[in-house]
Amino acid sequence: MISTENVSFHYPSTPEVLHEVNLQIKDGEFVAIMGENGAGKTTLIKMFNGLLKPTQGKVFVDGVDTHERSVAQLSRNVGLIFQNPDHQLFAETVADELSFSLRNFGFKEDIVQRRVTNMLTALDLDRYKDSSPFVLSGGERKRVALAAILVWDPKHVIMDEPTIGQDYLQKDRLRNFIVQLISQGKTVVIVSHDVEFVAECKPRVVLLSRGRIIADGPATEILTDPSVVEQSSLVMPQISSLMANLKELEPPPDIIDAYSAREFLRVKLKAAIGAQPPKR
Amino acid sequence: MDNVNLTIEKGEFVILTGPSGCGKTTFCRCLNGLIPNFYSGNLQGDLEVDGLKVEGKSTAELATHVGFVFQNPENQLFSLSVERDVAFGLENLGVPREEAIERVRWAMESTGILELRDKAPYELSGGQQQRAAIAGVLAMQPSILVLDEPTSFLDPKSAVDIVKVIARLNQELQLTILLVEHRLDIVSQYANRVVVMDKGTIALDGPPSEVYGDNARLIGIGLPRVTMLFHLLRRDGFPLTRNPTTVDEASTALRGLISK
Repeated sequence: MISTENVSFHYPSTPEVLHEVNLQIKDGEFVAIMGENGAGKTTLIKMFNGLLKPTQGKVFVDGVDTHERSVAQLSRNVGLIFQNPDHQLFAETVADELSFSLRNFGFKEDIVQRRVTNMLTALDLDRYKDSSPFVLSGGERKRVALAAILVWDPKHVIMDEPTIGQDYLQKDRLRNFIVQLISQGKTVVIVSHDVEFVAECKPRVVLLSRGRIIADGPATEILTDPSVVEQSSLVMPQISSLMANLKELEPPPDIIDAYSAREFLRVKLKAAIGAQPPKR
Repeated sequence: MDNVNLTIEKGEFVILTGPSGCGKTTFCRCLNGLIPNFYSGNLQGDLEVDGLKVEGKSTAELATHVGFVFQNPENQLFSLSVERDVAFGLENLGVPREEAIERVRWAMESTGILELRDKAPYELSGGQQQRAAIAGVLAMQPSILVLDEPTSFLDPKSAVDIVKVIARLNQELQLTILLVEHRLDIVSQYANRVVVMDKGTIALDGPPSEVYGDNARLIGIGLPRVTMLFHLLRRDGFPLTRNPTTVDEASTALRGLISK
């Protein structure tokens, strides 16, 4: 459980970045934090592993006030993956990048090796095991950064813009990976501008605007609400716009991705053009 | 990259996309000499940009022909005011003061940031920063603009706005655009051509609606969601021949099928 209690934050001599944020994230939940550039999303998640401490209010991780723990202590349970992988990568090889934290946490060498191998496979990085992270592409470095955190198996996984630079297959892989993490009981929090990715994952969406939570609910409700979408500089998923455009077909309001649109249109099209669609 | 052959005509708007690690950024870096001048490696073959042989030219010489905009505007902005930032390239080239003032003004106007001229880059939103970065390269009056995922750090609305700025530069100034993008939902309607790279080679090349077929999906590019929907419905046997790239095109095609 991660919770914030009236959390406000400002950097020294700047206006407030967060204002009285109250948020509870239960174990095993999947939450996407969305909102305009500068809304305070990254500031908020940096509170979850204690990198930032609120200037007012409190943040609790598994019941413990983050003021009372070091970042190192909190990190064992809260893995935070930065938006820019270069803020995080430093080792000479991809394999070293992954084993560094495990050795630091005192894992035995055979366990280190096994975990590193498994994680490299899970994120499609095996072939880069002995490469320097810095010769990889942006999207690949991003996956190395993710792997380097997930490898120590934190209970809560926080990712800042995990889909940047990822192609569709990698996003699909990431989505399946998140589903897998959640089925293991882990909490997954992502910060994302990627409306289409969120529309396909359908997590709980928390919308931040100018440091305040302006909406909180299922993706199907939040991403189709024109007023909050506008207020937080989002755009509606393309499929929602299509459904809004085809309102004479009376689509239900929760169609936000291509797969649910297909189910709906299949019925409508069959009814319109006869009982059976023509076979190719 | 392996045996890449590509000709882009003046005034085209080309989207370059493909799986991560396929060679998109590497290709772009060759166009302004960043490869091989700054990144070492083995480069073979011939490359001409704006009628100039790239081989042996410095990145500075090429900068007046090829403007380069990066993913993260923060990597490109450093001055204390937007105006100074936009002027930096021209000052470096030794452009006369009067002409430089005029070009800086024009570049800021074209990207819609004239009123931000006295602000510090760090005071700007991500979208405004990216406009300032574009203005900085535009002031050099290049004939080609290469943009490497310029929207990925922006919120969706700012991303749409930046893409519109790029489309306007293409239409009004006949600037050739090479845009590296994964967000095909928001860029496809402005491009006349999509080039898909895969494993260092060019896999597909053509107008968006032709390129966005089954092969593109199998390579793993993120088709616009309306295109993806049409792929699914076609698999169900519905006669939807053309791949739409916009909501309007998709609506029209679906209505046409229903009212038949």
